Amino acid sequence: MTTLKVNGQEHQIEADADTPLLYVLRDELKLNAAKFGCGLGQCGSCTVIVDGKAVLSCVTPLLLVEGKQITTLEGLGTDEAPAPIQRAFMEEQAAQCGYCIAGMMMRAQALLQRNSKPTDAEIRAELAPHLCRCGTHMRILRAVKRAAHLMDTAELLPANQGSAR
Amino acid sequence: MNAPVILDRRSVLAGSGALIVSFSLGRALAQEKAATPAPSLPASLKTSPYLDSWIRIDANGAITVFTGKAELGQGFKTAFQQIAAEQLDVPFASLKVITADTGLTANEGYTSGSHSMQDSGTAILHAAAQARALLLAEAAKRLDLPAETLRTDNGAVVAADGRRLGYGELVASDLLHTQAQPESPLKDPATFKVMGQSVPRVDIPAKVTGGAAYIQDMRLPGMVHARIVRPPSYGAQLVECDAAAVEKMPGVLKVIRDGNFLAVLATREFQAIKAMRALAGGSKWQENAKLPKQDELPTMLMALPSHDSTIFQRSDPSATGLRTIEASYTRPYQSHGSIGPSCAVAHFVDGKMTVWSHTQGVYPDRQAIAEMLRMPLGDVRVIHVEGSGCYGHNGADDAAGDAALIARGMPDTPVRVQWMREEEHAWEPFGPAMMTKLKASLDGNGKIADWHFEVWSNTHSMRPGGAGCLLAAQHMAQAIPVPPAKPLPLPEGGGDRNAIPIYTFPNAHVVHHFLPDMPVRISAMRALGAYHNVFSIESFMDELSTLAGADPVEFRLKHLDDPRGRDVIAKAAEGFGWLKGQTAPRDRGFGFAFARYKNLAAYCAIATEVEVNRETGRVRLVRAVAAVDSGQVVNPDGLVNQIEGSIVQSTSWTLYESVSFDDTRITSIDWQTYPILRFDAVPDSIDVHIINRPGLPFLGSGETGQGPAAASIANAIANATGKRLRDLPLSRKRIKDAIDA
Repeated sequence: MTTLKVNGQEHQIEADADTPLLYVLRDELKLNAAKFGCGLGQCGSCTVIVDGKAVLSCVTPLLLVEGKQITTLEGLGTDEAPAPIQRAFMEEQAAQCGYCIAGMMMRAQALLQRNSKPTDAEIRAELAPHLCRCGTHMRILRAVKRAAHLMDTAELLPANQGSAR
Repeated sequence: MNAPVILDRRSVLAGSGALIVSFSLGRALAQEKAATPAPSLPASLKTSPYLDSWIRIDANGAITVFTGKAELGQGFKTAFQQIAAEQLDVPFASLKVITADTGLTANEGYTSGSHSMQDSGTAILHAAAQARALLLAEAAKRLDLPAETLRTDNGAVVAADGRRLGYGELVASDLLHTQAQPESPLKDPATFKVMGQSVPRVDIPAKVTGGAAYIQDMRLPGMVHARIVRPPSYGAQLVECDAAAVEKMPGVLKVIRDGNFLAVLATREFQAIKAMRALAGGSKWQENAKLPKQDELPTMLMALPSHDSTIFQRSDPSATGLRTIEASYTRPYQSHGSIGPSCAVAHFVDGKMTVWSHTQGVYPDRQAIAEMLRMPLGDVRVIHVEGSGCYGHNGADDAAGDAALIARGMPDTPVRVQWMREEEHAWEPFGPAMMTKLKASLDGNGKIADWHFEVWSNTHSMRPGGAGCLLAAQHMAQAIPVPPAKPLPLPEGGGDRNAIPIYTFPNAHVVHHFLPDMPVRISAMRALGAYHNVFSIESFMDELSTLAGADPVEFRLKHLDDPRGRDVIAKAAEGFGWLKGQTAPRDRGFGFAFARYKNLAAYCAIATEVEVNRETGRVRLVRAVAAVDSGQVVNPDGLVNQIEGSIVQSTSWTLYESVSFDDTRITSIDWQTYPILRFDAVPDSIDVHIINRPGLPFLGSGETGQGPAAASIANAIANATGKRLRDLPLSRKRIKDAIDA
């Protein structure tokens, strides 16, 4: 049994210690957002946040994340109460097939948590590990900028008026 | 007009009876006369003429729109909902759209060739307009009022005195179970409320919040996980494998061996992966070295047997050329490279097979699966579920075949097949390698006097229909051979798609060398032959404009009669700030290109600026400005998204991409060995200008940018370096070598 803290909840996981986190999230916890893209850490589709840092869940064994705070896209917000990053991607219509988008959003979220006003060059450099085949890049860049702005604005509002977490 | 009106549905839709005022009288009478033979119906109504194949209204007023096309991230599901909402006069959000499912929707073949808006969108447009007419007529009958005094509003027919009849009340019995008519009382585009608006896509919220949005997210109760151990190369024969050892591994349910089809089934996904690795490691295959030499592709293509046909010929002996140039262009095999490898779920219950697939053709895939399993067609149902973007025929259909073959041996148990990255890269059918030869002469006025174009290519579709197109069928013990390749017919064409120039040349000769032998597995990839043919034509037009000493934009306009083509060229040039005699800054170049996709779909012109690093040969697209004419626009932002994506994807194909192989195996098997564009190469800006044509037919747009983007970049590189590159991809090494030459 491994204890896993995902999106603020503790789970007892019965899986081999070498099982990549991706399969635990998808198959044991039935979470959809982290995606299988390559299983090799080359495309970024499986990205989640572990203790504040973007991590490629397809090459991260369960063993290494025990007891750590794991956040997936589901943990940020919902369709009804989207987090700033989710609102920004909706408002910019920053998806075509969208398969790569959840991973992109998690790395962008991790960036914005440590740097609330990234430059365009910083966003591009941060997203370098991520592939998008539909060519939605221009919108993704705009959405991350918009998310930074939304988070900034949310912080200025009283807590109960900010975008839902 | 207050006398009771007796209507039959056909007369309503033909424009006679009470609704005559809604139609043009002259047109209605003309239709009456032309009642036999059956008049031609618009778009997909030809093959599925019943209105309730497209629009169903329940007694509670709920409206469902059906399309046989598959949403692949192009966003048409939203556009179709807009079309139906507009023509039915109901709020956008009150509708639901059901996509490709052999159990529910019309058979619209493949979702391909930028046909969705043209075929299915147009069918829905007419079906919705005709449904509204029937609802109005039914209300007129019930209210005993002339139809022209009624209007529709928010899902109801409303009389001048305020009485309302909801669509649900009106649609009782089988009101919409009637055949469509050729003409529809379409709304005046000037009154559109939903069509023409950038309505947010209906699929995006789930995709950005972790909702179940993809086939990969399907979890049926009791579902088990399969992984395939593919042969290491085309034609490899399985000599031995250690199934017994693998079957003892934790969670493993069984090893499936059927000829060269080898797979493993496990309770949990990672158990299946471990078992697959063990099974692969313990398997021996007899391989054969028969792949062509990758660096001799043009020679290889020209050496293959070919069926030659002249597909276009024009002659005017009065026009004679003085100065002649010729050039050859090549394109390598290229990969669809979907970010999510193919996936399928199959469930075999009581002799009936249900397969969930991200195939682009549920009906053809059903036919292939039924043939492979020797099952009656009616016992197989294929349901489309969105996958990762596919851009043509990737591994989707094969994965569906894999899942069905395995599920048949596991009755009552849902089986999920997930391809691995290496499997997708090595086994997907690639976009075919191509070669073109061009020769043209300029007359004394710098105009093109004659034009010769030859293209060598495989077919561009080996999609299922026959089971032999499925890998599982090819590999199983009672193997079904790959069917012979066929060229795709013009006017759309395959290898010769866009081979016929849209420009007017007094003498022109276009030859298609169709190559039936396929040394590498190939099939449909976005834009088919148009990508390379437009790259070739539009590069050569630039070479000719240089020879003529003319501005490239002016040179194109000088040879183009099509007014809509001229408009997109002018718009892109204007948006870019294109100036005759312009000079790009140092190490930068400007390029221009134009095409009308298939010479019958959307028009697209693209101007680009690139930056070239002379030391490394590295090129970056700095900015692109596109103009597109897709006829009547339904969702402008959706169209812009498609064109932006088309430009970025084509930039990646054009600058970086080439499938690699040795004499036996495909060697580009992941993102390291098949690199594509990353964020460091994303342009500073892409601007897309839409030329809307209210009321004109929808023109398919999803693929229109592929060719022009490639040629525009090649032309910009030539402008920056003074060197013309004619072999795709325009790689860093090739550019560096050209600069140093």
